[in-house]
Amino acid sequence: MNLTLKVWRQKDSDSKGKMETYVVSDIPEEASFLEMLDIVNNQLIESGGDPITFDHDCREGICGSCSLTINGVPHGKGKGITTCQLHMRKFSDGETIYIEPFRAKPFPILKDLMVDRSSFDRVIESGGYVSVRTGSAVDANSMPIEKDDADTAFDAATCIGCGACVASCKNASAMLFVSAKVKHLNSLPQGAPEKTKRVVNMVNQMDKEGFGNCTNQYECEAVCPKSIKAEFISDLNRQYGTAIVKDAIS
Amino acid sequence: MNLTANSFIKFYSSSIGKKVIVAITGLALIGFLLGHMVGNLKIFAGPEKINSYAAWLHSMPLVLWGARIGLLACFFMHIFTTVMLVIQNRRSKGSRYVYQHTNKASGASRTMIWSGIIIICFVIYHILHFTVRFANDYDSSAYIDTMGRHDVYKMLIDGFSWLPASLFYIFSMALLCWHLSHGFSSVFQTLGLRTDKTWGLIKASGYAYSLIIFIGNCSIPVSILAGWLT
Repeated sequence: MNLTLKVWRQKDSDSKGKMETYVVSDIPEEASFLEMLDIVNNQLIESGGDPITFDHDCREGICGSCSLTINGVPHGKGKGITTCQLHMRKFSDGETIYIEPFRAKPFPILKDLMVDRSSFDRVIESGGYVSVRTGSAVDANSMPIEKDDADTAFDAATCIGCGACVASCKNASAMLFVSAKVKHLNSLPQGAPEKTKRVVNMVNQMDKEGFGNCTNQYECEAVCPKSIKAEFISDLNRQYGTAIVKDAIS
Repeated sequence: MNLTANSFIKFYSSSIGKKVIVAITGLALIGFLLGHMVGNLKIFAGPEKINSYAAWLHSMPLVLWGARIGLLACFFMHIFTTVMLVIQNRRSKGSRYVYQHTNKASGASRTMIWSGIIIICFVIYHILHFTVRFANDYDSSAYIDTMGRHDVYKMLIDGFSWLPASLFYIFSMALLCWHLSHGFSSVFQTLGLRTDKTWGLIKASGYAYSLIIFIGNCSIPVSILAGWLT
């Protein structure tokens, strides 16, 4: 495959970046998107150029490291996949592909396509602990959990914290991410004792990190590689409202 | 009391809190639209019905002014809070994508601020036109009916007989319903009152409500321009 790549290049977080054009040839159709970038980088290194910096780790869609906004879509076109699961056969020969970093103020660009997503780590940290019995090992299945609740919690827990929701949102809102984390722990009896505190602290931290406000456009839901549902955002709104009322009257 | 005030300030300063305020004030305005439309549709029942309806409203100044002040407060809070949200959102996004792409955001949801601004202009014009009766003679003796009441029927006929006023009205109603088509379902999303099971019904109800408001309100200037109401 022959491709024209328009890639965002930025020296460091303080520099101004710009799009640069690379004409690449002989890319195998079966290569993944990241493997295509590996090939381009090898060519750049061989010719004495500066390779394109991008995040990646597991390359099997479970770690949440890879990012990239491809032709305006975080993780590229394709339902429920991360960039590492995107293959070149989805593109046509001769196509021009725009590759940009995940854009959001709380995700500052470190270099080229690599952004700092530690704001997500701080939101998770603010969620605090879950109370568990320590000491001797607990019997498996000693705490019955209804199947529906377990399924919902698991659906929410599939969030890999990649940040595509923030990147796709025109307001850089992190509501889908925060709602998934809150839903995960607050749906289970293990997370119940800290339920109220957790939702308030996580929303406060989300605001403190400078994420924007949700305007109910559901772009996040469309790009989420784990198909987290915007229904959880509605639930987060309810849980937060309830927590504030509880706090005011108690 | 102080604690409650503190809680409210904390709530309002959060992103969800501000959105809840937008949703609640929006809901109040959505409710008003239906009441206002149903009241005005009395024009089709003839001058007697609509004039006595207006006189009845004015016979309860406390209720009337309470509603007016309440609605104005909702209107103001709705606008003020959304402007604050928009400013915050622009700041949060920072840089824009070189390659712009929209996946599923509706046209209405992406133009809420613009439809909103035109609706503000319309509301100001509409209040000056029929409520304050600025720069017209709707307060003169020509607009007193045989029972000595304000002749709302004649005022509406004369007001909408001027084509530019009617066209601006219809255009604004179209934008209002465009605004509502996103706003209605958003109220349920923001107040945490929806699940995937109810979502389809909520969205369909929003579209239906917007359409009813549009058709109901526009039927008045259209009927006047067509000469069906004289």
